[in-house]
Amino acid sequence: MSKDQELLDSITSQEYQWGFESNIDQDIAAIGLSEDTVRFISKKKNEPEWLLEWRLKAFEIWKTMPEPHWQNLDYAPVDFQSISYYAEPKKKTLNSLDELDPEIKATYDKLGIPLEEQKLLAGVAVDAVLDSVSVVTTYKERLAQDGIIFCSLSEAVHEHPELVKKYLGSVVPVADNYFSALNCAVFSDGSFVYIPKGVRCPMELSTYFRINAKNTGQFERTLIIADDRSYVSYLEGCTAPQRDENQLHAAVVELVAMEHAEIKYSTVQNWFPGDKEGKGGIYNFVTKRGACLGNHSKISWTQVETGSAVTWKYPSCILKGDYSVGEFYSVAVTNNFQQADTGTKMIHTGKHTRSRIVSKGISAGKSQNSYRGLVRVNKRAEGARNFSQCDSLLLGDRCGAHTFPYFEIQNNSANVEHEATTSKIGEDILFYFRQRGIGEEDAVAMIVNGYAKEVLDQLPMEFAVEAKKLLAISLEGSVG
Amino acid sequence: MLQIKNLHAQIEGKPILKGINLEINAGTVHAIMGPNGSGKSTLSSVIAGREEYEVTEGEIWFNGVNILELEPEERAREGLFLAFQYPIEIPGVSNANFIKMAVNEVRKHKGLESLSATDFLKLMREKAALVGLKDDFLKRSVNAGFSGGEKKRNEIFQLAMLDPKLSILDETDSGLDIDALRTVAEGVNALKNSENAFLVITHYQRLLDYIVPDVVHVLYDGRIVETGDKDLALKLEDQGYDWVIEKHKQEA
Ligand SMILES: Nc1ncnc2c1ncn2[C@@H]1O[C@H](COP(=O)(O)OP(=O)(O)OP(=O)(O)O)[C@@H](O)[C@H]1O
Ligand SMILES: [Mg+2]
Repeated sequence: MSKDQELLDSITSQEYQWGFESNIDQDIAAIGLSEDTVRFISKKKNEPEWLLEWRLKAFEIWKTMPEPHWQNLDYAPVDFQSISYYAEPKKKTLNSLDELDPEIKATYDKLGIPLEEQKLLAGVAVDAVLDSVSVVTTYKERLAQDGIIFCSLSEAVHEHPELVKKYLGSVVPVADNYFSALNCAVFSDGSFVYIPKGVRCPMELSTYFRINAKNTGQFERTLIIADDRSYVSYLEGCTAPQRDENQLHAAVVELVAMEHAEIKYSTVQNWFPGDKEGKGGIYNFVTKRGACLGNHSKISWTQVETGSAVTWKYPSCILKGDYSVGEFYSVAVTNNFQQADTGTKMIHTGKHTRSRIVSKGISAGKSQNSYRGLVRVNKRAEGARNFSQCDSLLLGDRCGAHTFPYFEIQNNSANVEHEATTSKIGEDILFYFRQRGIGEEDAVAMIVNGYAKEVLDQLPMEFAVEAKKLLAISLEGSVG
Repeated sequence: MLQIKNLHAQIEGKPILKGINLEINAGTVHAIMGPNGSGKSTLSSVIAGREEYEVTEGEIWFNGVNILELEPEERAREGLFLAFQYPIEIPGVSNANFIKMAVNEVRKHKGLESLSATDFLKLMREKAALVGLKDDFLKRSVNAGFSGGEKKRNEIFQLAMLDPKLSILDETDSGLDIDALRTVAEGVNALKNSENAFLVITHYQRLLDYIVPDVVHVLYDGRIVETGDKDLALKLEDQGYDWVIEKHKQEA
């Protein structure tokens, strides 16, 4: 196997292409975390008293919580006192896109985000979050015609306090877990979406998150509410500059689906994964949860996870409404020294609820990739059904794939199926491609795209193309 | 077209090829026969560039290029094709996508544009028909769940698509029923011309009834010990390898 090793070592990894840093004038909060930090953020955002109280309560709770260590991850402890919790571009309150800091615009241009209205013919409405602040939300007026609210969460706090007050923390309670509690205390900004009754959102809604400032954490928060019989497809993308130190990203996403409503939430996560030696990279500790409150509602999570040094993420569904449906489609790639512990929770509490889990792990280099999933069927959840498919693909023999499925079935009428496979892209397969004139990188890309097809097919078309490229890029230099 | 000079190769320190000399010219068909384990597949793997095998001595020239210095994919793009004795299954990658990528790589190497989708489909249909594979196989994953015979037909289909200069067929006849054998052999004959060459590895005369060799070699214990015309194959069919082994035992 020394041949493999040589090969692995000889080919250098593809450099992270999104690793540039922008020179933007920013207001950054003093480093460290205390009650004052929380007050500072709240004041910066001119928040109402109730929200400050909510944050402070969360901060008190967080202080009493221990950092979790049950996940299959090994990373240096986070020093919460060495991070700045808030950074915002100096000039703000934009009346039109023309007022946007040209540097910020250049940043988003580099990321290929269509900020300008004319580019939005592509039919994607974008909210862009740079470090802590939502910079601009496009296509707002068109959406408003249908009564759709798509804005930054800070704006929603002022413009639609009744909705925010009602639903903020309703799906992920303040004390849910260590990182979500921290987020409640110091969350900076994020997106807010409300789709009124009976409205089918006419375009993809999208948010791009980017961490730019040094020594900052990003704590964004997204809240999406789909009222009765509405539909929305939402996509988030994430990148960060290349840095030697680790940066913390602890987001919370809450989804609420009412009767017959459907939310499709897709993520293409490409935070800086650290370099080839495992230096730097984002710690991605994210809590994402959707509540199918109404009967016949549906929430579908699709994620393509290629970035971050450490990922800790379990997009989940609470299937409360009868006949509600939860789905989780995931491709998680780890290369070099990346570690991912990701999966989902499907909590069946309503009758005749259904869930489907399709998880495709891809490990390369010296990385570790774990799937962790819980399917719980409560006593009263008559006729619940779940199907789980957890596949692992290994490139080379120095990486690891692990599957931790948990089942808690309290109702005998439940029908739960689980399938798991592990396969390896070995020398034999690669040689077959090469003998036909196809180089190793292309071979891996073809195999991986085929393997991940079921998940990629869930993405909106234009993002599926992007995600495929991303998969190939993140695995370059990993074959052996 | 191909010159192999005093080729020695080993795997995990064990010498397998012990001084192969072989010259193949354009427009000819060579057959290699020989007992199990004599090194036939090893020879084809070394020519194709499998990295497990270490070449300890000798040279391989292919159309004036020292291919021992080339990566396997570069050799393939130069026009070297190996129909595998045991074609591998590739789940999740369709035959159509696979061969499209391969054809485009070869075309790119020749400085040609990629074929248009319609031209490509036409070509695929034509070549699939040539080896008796139905259209629906193009959508299926490469070799996944294929019968032994279908896998071998698929190898020849790929050969037909890529139109290589030198094709090495490693026991393409094994596992084929009589009809399939004829189809595959006719396919090869249809592809044969004055510009290309074939190296056919087989244990059986019956393939050579269809693909008539210009030269027949016997490989024994890592060396080519006999070379003759097609009658040599007939003699082997008739008498087996005992006489060859007897004659060359001392050298081994
Ligand atoms: N990967 C390997 N490791 C160890 N020995 C090997 C390996 N590959 C081939 N050999 C040995 O090399 C010798 C030649 O094998 P090879 O497959 O080339 O024979 P062959 O002539 O093609 O035989 P057959 O007619 O059975 O196909 C055999 O003794 C075999 O065991
Ligand atoms: Mg053999």
